[in-house]
Amino acid sequence: MADSASAPVATDSLKLTPFHAIHAALGAKLVPFAGYEMPVQYPTGITAEHKTVRESCGVFDVSHMGEFRIRGPGALDFVNYVTTNDVAKLVVGQVHYSTICYENGAIVDDCLVYRYADHMMMVVNGSNKDKDLAHIKRYAAKFDCTISDDTDDVALLAVQGPKAQEILQPLCNVPLDPIGYYHFTTGTCAGIEGTISRTGYTGEDGFELYFPAKHAEKMWNALMATGRITPAGLGCRDSLRLEMGMCLYGNDIDDTTTPLEAGLAWLVKLSKGDFVGKAALEKQKAAGLARRLVGFTTGERSFPRHGYPVFADGAPSGTVCSGTMSPTLGIPIGTCYLPSGLTAEGSQFEIEIRGKRVPATVVKMPFFTNASHR
Amino acid sequence: MADIPKDLQYTTDHEYVKATADPAVVIVGITDFAQGELGDVVYVELPRPGATFDAHAAFGTIEAVKAVSELFAPLAGEVVDVNGRLDGEPALVNTDPYGDGWMIKLRVGAARAGLLDAAAYAKHVGQ
Repeated sequence: MADSASAPVATDSLKLTPFHAIHAALGAKLVPFAGYEMPVQYPTGITAEHKTVRESCGVFDVSHMGEFRIRGPGALDFVNYVTTNDVAKLVVGQVHYSTICYENGAIVDDCLVYRYADHMMMVVNGSNKDKDLAHIKRYAAKFDCTISDDTDDVALLAVQGPKAQEILQPLCNVPLDPIGYYHFTTGTCAGIEGTISRTGYTGEDGFELYFPAKHAEKMWNALMATGRITPAGLGCRDSLRLEMGMCLYGNDIDDTTTPLEAGLAWLVKLSKGDFVGKAALEKQKAAGLARRLVGFTTGERSFPRHGYPVFADGAPSGTVCSGTMSPTLGIPIGTCYLPSGLTAEGSQFEIEIRGKRVPATVVKMPFFTNASHR
Repeated sequence: MADIPKDLQYTTDHEYVKATADPAVVIVGITDFAQGELGDVVYVELPRPGATFDAHAAFGTIEAVKAVSELFAPLAGEVVDVNGRLDGEPALVNTDPYGDGWMIKLRVGAARAGLLDAAAYAKHVGQ
């Protein structure tokens, strides 16, 4: 047996999240991810961790995510200018998904935008944090605001699964039930003050807890003391998000794709005021899209992986963006870009799996439609 | 620590060779170390009985969630049986690599060159 997939290479410059020692003690398989050494799975294994999140409750350390806080009278207008969704529509206590684009409409990163009473927070991919910060700072001078990168001071745990609310509630000093999907509140969990956000990247109900990194161990231990929350790694986070058709930066979207092509037109509010990338996206919308991101499945047992060649009408059409064997559905699922005329549900094309071309069929996303988020 | 039974032979590619009652037939699978490195196995593609392979030739493919690997014949020989259970229960490779997770039975010649004993394999994987 020999690996033909690329194995991660450890480097000595990796950052550690405040939970690193805990992961190591639990026997997690640690790999470099987004510049951090992160748990890809625990001894329970990806499939079991995936199932636990779908059926009960798991916790992910996602402290590698970047948090920017933007303060000042111009904070809201600034975030509205550097992101594509309409920040003015957010009420205090609400959060939305958005993209940050270049002037040419390509995606710098995808992000969450939080509206607090006195400031805004942007949560970005850990691997893109420095690039994002440099990018948005270029536009800051026009607005009366300050930007701070709080990433290193913030611990972030995603408690995900249909049982998340009932398990977390006894630890919290605020009622969780009234918090709507993509809304948040400030309060304490395990006695630790922070942000309790009904968001996630799994499709399941659940909460993302932002709190001071110095309390990481206390929070983790309190969650574990419930006896009902299973540590879950980045491996199942990837299969969970792909089952929901959620984009992953670096796979499904990057600085060569626009949100319109990626099926994220719902994040692009061309009717709001000016924003970075607006002119290019308007132009692309008017001209029509040359390609679109689609979901697909195959009838093979062998499954498509990131980077495998795609052929549409016999011609090369890029590569597979994301692909896995869906743990919930038991079928291969994946995403790729196809020429616009070939993206209808049921359209056939081909994927080359290790030298052999196999038929693939465009299917509607999300692949998994019974998730518990509300 | 990965389990490395003393009574088996191994390859540097992480296959094991297990003797059977028939001295000309051996059982081939992947080691406990290998399944641990691969993680959850979701598909094992095996040859048909009757297929023949040279030593070190790829006889199949193993797909885990995170990686895909080829399987290499530890010895030259003819496949006389394959583990059909793996088709429906690929996770047997993870839970019982040396038992129910076996892959093929190979009819081989007398020569058994190039195989490692348990101690040498343990050293190979850094144990």
